[in-house]
Amino acid sequence: MSNDDVTPARPEWPLYEVFVRGKRGLNHVHVGSLHAPDGEMALHNARNLYTRRNEGVSIWVVLAENVTASSPDEKDPYFAPSGDKVYRHPTFYPIPEDVPHI
Amino acid sequence: MSGDNIFTGLTEEHDGDARWAFGTGFTEALAGVDTTLPAGVDGEDLATYCRMLGDDALVQAQRLVHWVTDAPELEEEVALANIALDLLGQARLLLARAGQADGTGRDEDDFAYRRGPAEFLNVRLAEAPRGDFARCVTTLLVLSSWRLALFGRLTESRDPVLAAIAAKGVNELAYHREYAVSWALRLGDGTPYAHERMVEAVADVWPLTGELFATHPVEAALAAQGAAVDPATVREEVHQVLTQVLTGATLDAPAPFPAAEPAGRAGRHTEEMEPLLEELQRVAREHPEATW
Amino acid sequence: MSTTAQEAPPGADEALQADFDAKIAANQRIEPRDWMPEAYRRSLVRQVSQHAHSEIIGMQPEGDWIATAPSLRRKAILLAKVQDEAGHGLYLYAAAETLGVDRADLTERLIGGRQKYSSIFNYPSLNYADVGVIGWLVDGAAICNQVPLCRTSFGPYARAMVRICKEESFHQRQGYELLMRMMEGTEGQRAMVQDAVDRWWWPSLMMFGPPDVDSPNTRRSMDWGIKIDTNDDLRQKFVDMTVPQAEKLGVTLPDPELAWNDERDHYDFGEPDWDELKQVISGNGPKNAERVERRRAAHENGAWVREAATAYAEKQRSAREVAV
Repeated sequence: MSNDDVTPARPEWPLYEVFVRGKRGLNHVHVGSLHAPDGEMALHNARNLYTRRNEGVSIWVVLAENVTASSPDEKDPYFAPSGDKVYRHPTFYPIPEDVPHI
Repeated sequence: MSGDNIFTGLTEEHDGDARWAFGTGFTEALAGVDTTLPAGVDGEDLATYCRMLGDDALVQAQRLVHWVTDAPELEEEVALANIALDLLGQARLLLARAGQADGTGRDEDDFAYRRGPAEFLNVRLAEAPRGDFARCVTTLLVLSSWRLALFGRLTESRDPVLAAIAAKGVNELAYHREYAVSWALRLGDGTPYAHERMVEAVADVWPLTGELFATHPVEAALAAQGAAVDPATVREEVHQVLTQVLTGATLDAPAPFPAAEPAGRAGRHTEEMEPLLEELQRVAREHPEATW
Repeated sequence: MSTTAQEAPPGADEALQADFDAKIAANQRIEPRDWMPEAYRRSLVRQVSQHAHSEIIGMQPEGDWIATAPSLRRKAILLAKVQDEAGHGLYLYAAAETLGVDRADLTERLIGGRQKYSSIFNYPSLNYADVGVIGWLVDGAAICNQVPLCRTSFGPYARAMVRICKEESFHQRQGYELLMRMMEGTEGQRAMVQDAVDRWWWPSLMMFGPPDVDSPNTRRSMDWGIKIDTNDDLRQKFVDMTVPQAEKLGVTLPDPELAWNDERDHYDFGEPDWDELKQVISGNGPKNAERVERRRAAHENGAWVREAATAYAEKQRSAREVAV
């Protein structure tokens, strides 16, 4: 539909590394990476993807190519899911005690 | 959290903030809010008004969900799903309030699934076909700017429930508008092709904008009681916002909103409404006795 | 990202290999900047990207029901769930990219039919109970497959899996809860649930892959810590977990050979139709073409949007450079 007359260049959105501060008093923690056309959209996407827009969360995005890394032995912390819409939580669904393994 | 042993992680009780990176602080929008009808506010009118705002959100969400699995990028599917979820949440609260206010005790699903097109009171722009992504962005830009202006004022509503719903919705709508603005800029000022798509989208959407600011008698009456917002009062503000965004996106300054009478607010809809409701209500209507 | 053996000085590759082997043996994670054997990297790229594709294609069988969910609560739940799957796909693509592949390429491979995804999503979803059964059985099987992967040897993959597994738990429970509600409902609803169980049971068992005797890569993947349990072990675990849940629910699993075996301390169960699995994997499933086509159309119809965003970012950058 677009670029009928020119060779469609595949736009490469750069890779951003995402850091999230879960709550005040904590450090920003690396939670993953994503692609975006620019920093502002990277923030949008990070908010949607890694925090599901929980209030009071601070996000940094950094172009991956701007990260200078030291050793390969980094120990990235594990991350856990966001607490947002209550129905995302397993315990929102009452299941009788005697149903095993759910 | 349980680190390596996810098996125990899944079976642990899900309490305590510590297990979740972002806490578990769910805020019940209506927790602690007095649900009795305030003196001097007409229950029937309040119910009708809640249906208007609730139907706007429900019908808009119904259009948006079709972008999930069909958006230009996966990130947009996630974002549009978030927006639809917010709107769905607003619709549920508003429709539930309608059932309280009119004394019938009808619940959200009674309103969503057991009314015909003429009983839906949403503005027609909400039901308009979803079109391409430029159309999606433009519709979202207009509706979120308008609704944000209304909700900002509704936080002062004499109905405490409506005020609480509005207070919760303001944050959501501010984000919806921000999202729409960011894409309006990128499409309008991106490539010539995208610019053309935006020009067309604005042209398609604009005839439907007049109705957003046409005051329905119920809105007028309830605004006089201090419980609602007369949409005519946000006309200027919304036009300024849209002018700023569209010119920022290198598009022409928009025409004034056309003059219009309430149409959707009075149950008069376009031919889009019937198939939209057919899809929304099909399963529920096939199983009238069922519980889900 | 990874250093290839050719670039290394003579003798160094053995040292690197030894270091890699030691990390695996010590149950340590391999991180993206570590040296890794090329075959390990390739296996991981294949596994992680297929997993990502499965999440994305997996949005479709249920996504079709969002617009027509029979209550607003169910609509919100299903929308949140399908949205999660998009999120899971994105986490996994991001993990795959740390191995030096590009998401755009992976997408091209998916929509060009050159990379596979879980065959389960090539079956149609025919009534609303399918939403519940997909949550209960398909996501349940996925959890069985995925929980061990939280301990997989490649760090970014393991971390993505931790997050995904937690969210999958919500998926499974919402499914089971929907089915419980439907089983307490009308006769028609109970029939819908049983019908959906009949259709999804065998495909769910096939989600664990071919029997171990026909799974040539299993051994090597296990040595590398990419795969933790064998297909048959996981399948057995799933059956053992699921049968009591089915009894509780009041549905019949469509397998006459299903019976508790005291000696084995496991359930015995029948043999899935492996020919059918082969058919579905090789692209002849009921919905293969449609699923891939939908993704291809979305991608191609959205090309102009992505191009506009790129062009805009470029303009902003030039403007900033001029200003400086």
